[in-house]
Amino acid sequence: MEVTFRIKRFNPEIDTKAAYKEYVVDVEPTDRVLDALFRIKWYQDGSLTFRRSCAHGICGSDAMRINGRNRLACKELMLDYGNKITIEPLLGYQVVKDLVIDMTRFFDAYKSVSPFLIADEAPVNRERLQSPADRDRFEDTTKCILCAACTTACPITWTTDQFVGPAAIVNAHRFIFDSRDQGAGIRLKVLNERSGVWRCRTVFNCTEACPRDIEITKAIEEVKRALLFDKVS
Amino acid sequence: MAYHRFDAVIVGAGGAGLMAAIQMAGQANIAVVSKLYPPRSHTGAAQGGISAALGNTEEDHWEWHMFDTVKGGDYLVDQDAAEVLAREAVDAVLELEHMGLPFNRTPEGKIDQRRFGGHTRNFGEAPVRRACFAADRTGHMIIQTLYQQGIKHKVNFFDEHHLLDVLFTEDGQACGVVTIDIATGEIHVLHAKAIMIATGGYGRAWSVTSNAHAGTGDGVAIPWRKGIVPLMDMEFYQFHPTGLYKLGVLLSEAARGEGGILRNSTGEAFCERYAPTLKDLAPRDMVSRFIYEEVREGRGIDGKDYVHLDLTHLPPEVIDAKLPDVTDFARTYLRVEPKTEPVPIQPTAHYAMGGLPTDVDGRVIKDRDANPIPGFYSAGESACVSVHGANRLGTNSLVDLVVFGRRAGKHMLNYVREADLQPLPANPEDVARAAVSDLLSRDKGENAADIRSELQVMMMEKVGVVRTETGLKEALAEIGDLKSRYANVAIQDKGKRFNTDLLEAHELGCLLDCAEATAFGALMRTESRGGHYRSDFEARDDVNWLAHTLAYYSPNGIEIDKKPVTITKFEPKERKY
Repeated sequence: MEVTFRIKRFNPEIDTKAAYKEYVVDVEPTDRVLDALFRIKWYQDGSLTFRRSCAHGICGSDAMRINGRNRLACKELMLDYGNKITIEPLLGYQVVKDLVIDMTRFFDAYKSVSPFLIADEAPVNRERLQSPADRDRFEDTTKCILCAACTTACPITWTTDQFVGPAAIVNAHRFIFDSRDQGAGIRLKVLNERSGVWRCRTVFNCTEACPRDIEITKAIEEVKRALLFDKVS
Repeated sequence: MAYHRFDAVIVGAGGAGLMAAIQMAGQANIAVVSKLYPPRSHTGAAQGGISAALGNTEEDHWEWHMFDTVKGGDYLVDQDAAEVLAREAVDAVLELEHMGLPFNRTPEGKIDQRRFGGHTRNFGEAPVRRACFAADRTGHMIIQTLYQQGIKHKVNFFDEHHLLDVLFTEDGQACGVVTIDIATGEIHVLHAKAIMIATGGYGRAWSVTSNAHAGTGDGVAIPWRKGIVPLMDMEFYQFHPTGLYKLGVLLSEAARGEGGILRNSTGEAFCERYAPTLKDLAPRDMVSRFIYEEVREGRGIDGKDYVHLDLTHLPPEVIDAKLPDVTDFARTYLRVEPKTEPVPIQPTAHYAMGGLPTDVDGRVIKDRDANPIPGFYSAGESACVSVHGANRLGTNSLVDLVVFGRRAGKHMLNYVREADLQPLPANPEDVARAAVSDLLSRDKGENAADIRSELQVMMMEKVGVVRTETGLKEALAEIGDLKSRYANVAIQDKGKRFNTDLLEAHELGCLLDCAEATAFGALMRTESRGGHYRSDFEARDDVNWLAHTLAYYSPNGIEIDKKPVTITKFEPKERKY
């Protein structure tokens, strides 16, 4: 099938402002959107720039706006998109080139919530014990691949750089609700600041954008409850 | 050009690179270079589990794990290394848990374990539950956990830096690397006492592969070209039996570990006919050949080159709890519901058993006598210890990168405390700069994508599951042609900023070298063993080929030497399951 791709292009080396460029590509209906982007890059315009690696939705490289929604290009099939499709970079962060955005702010926010286990000395020659129920408590938020689809779908991210964003909160949640972790206080303090969870307006954009189907808004609300009731449960 | 000085530089931020970095962080001045962001590394794609004889759900011993590893590798495994792997797997898994890795748990709260191909109790009697897992995203949890530890220990990351060159002194000591900062196009020279290559595999040399686009063997090809460093056992490349049809996306062996069955066009569970004891859980090389054989005899589905993975008899709650990701891949890409429909699968290029030869401390060695190259280390898929021999068992890649990444890190830490910083060669960035300018120089020429795609299709056909002398000779001739055409590649993007047109062309050069070493080794090895199957030499030949191959690059062609296999506990026997 023949599909017209409308792609937002911007190379600060040569362009003064972004512009849309159209490409007509012949694709199989079962091709991924990423496959079609490769076909453009390899056979029409080598300068088209995007990140990619695993090509099956687990490395988080190729999050972009596809018809206005944040998606991984490798997890979308052409058959769901008809014969016109618009591709843009994620919103809210500076564009490095074409579909590549500057991830510095994203990873800085992630690092700000101490995203690592904080716990006493581990037992010698055996694992820490954790019941299956305690393990399930934070299962959902372990799935995050740091693709930034959620954070850049959030209207608060678009308007201010003073918000840690959904992805950082998801990764804080993953530890706050881990029965082995003792650093909840450190993370909740960060998330109780003006740049923390309270800026979330519960619009569910993040949940809708997550390619891993993490219930992000729910996770954020659980962190808010932990702060309100001073209790992690 | 930017210049930096470190004690050690680790290239690659997957499991092996990060594990090494964590050993050294805070105790030496180190840098970790990755052409991606570290959590995007391909370790994250591993699904099923990481084996260790914890014995949490049934009796198990490291000696059994060692035996399975040796037998699974068709006795080409160095048994001293396999012993290290199996013994230290236990500690390594516990260390991952202590770092916070969220393993699935038994009712008593211990790490849960499941069955996996080729892992048995009591030296081959029956499958054993040895694979520790976190749903079917164990690799994801490993890469996340290790990256988290990297942040905790304030590791100095050079994110999105692409390797262009590895530097050696005139007397052959590793002393630095040259990278290009992808975002700016600026060349960086990282001068150090020790260099570690942990850049993973090169599955992108084949058209149907489970590997990421980044899996192009950069760290393997670049030092090899210098003629200082040999590559070991490159002919052993694993095809995983269950890749999604046409796409190659991996469906974990865990699907069969949990009870999934392969069926041909008649609905027969055909693995039973070939491997009566382990059936669908025979090692990967064998199951891939079973599929090849079924297809060849006309029992592929609809007469095509695929078979079915049947999970429809599994309880839906087991699928949701233990196989959520792999079943989601079938839904997303093939629009098949695994709870009610069989999933079309075919063998997919998956894992390089060969690579940079190392000892059990991650030191790269340069000859059959195992003399190390001072300051040069490797671990993970880019290395060949050899713990996988002729065929790697499922889960052992994760064990390998944690165990040997850790050992390499510890050894490097001691090394950099003792060693002096060696002077860089004059104009250290020259080779890298010349490579970049050459690729940028032509306005008209060959299209890299055409060369890549011809290579991949040819490798699938001629350097795949089954090989012949005729096919391999043709393969080498075609690689020669492709290399000549590659010398005339033209790229369209001439800019400095985030030039992936340039870097993809550079990666193609690495793929061509890895492919050539693989095809050459496969032609030389006139026997069938593990993942290397020659239909013109169907038997294993221990008299002539119970040996590793060392392939040396030279401008006049590849030269092959043999290195003896270390045998300690288990004498080679015929491999039956």
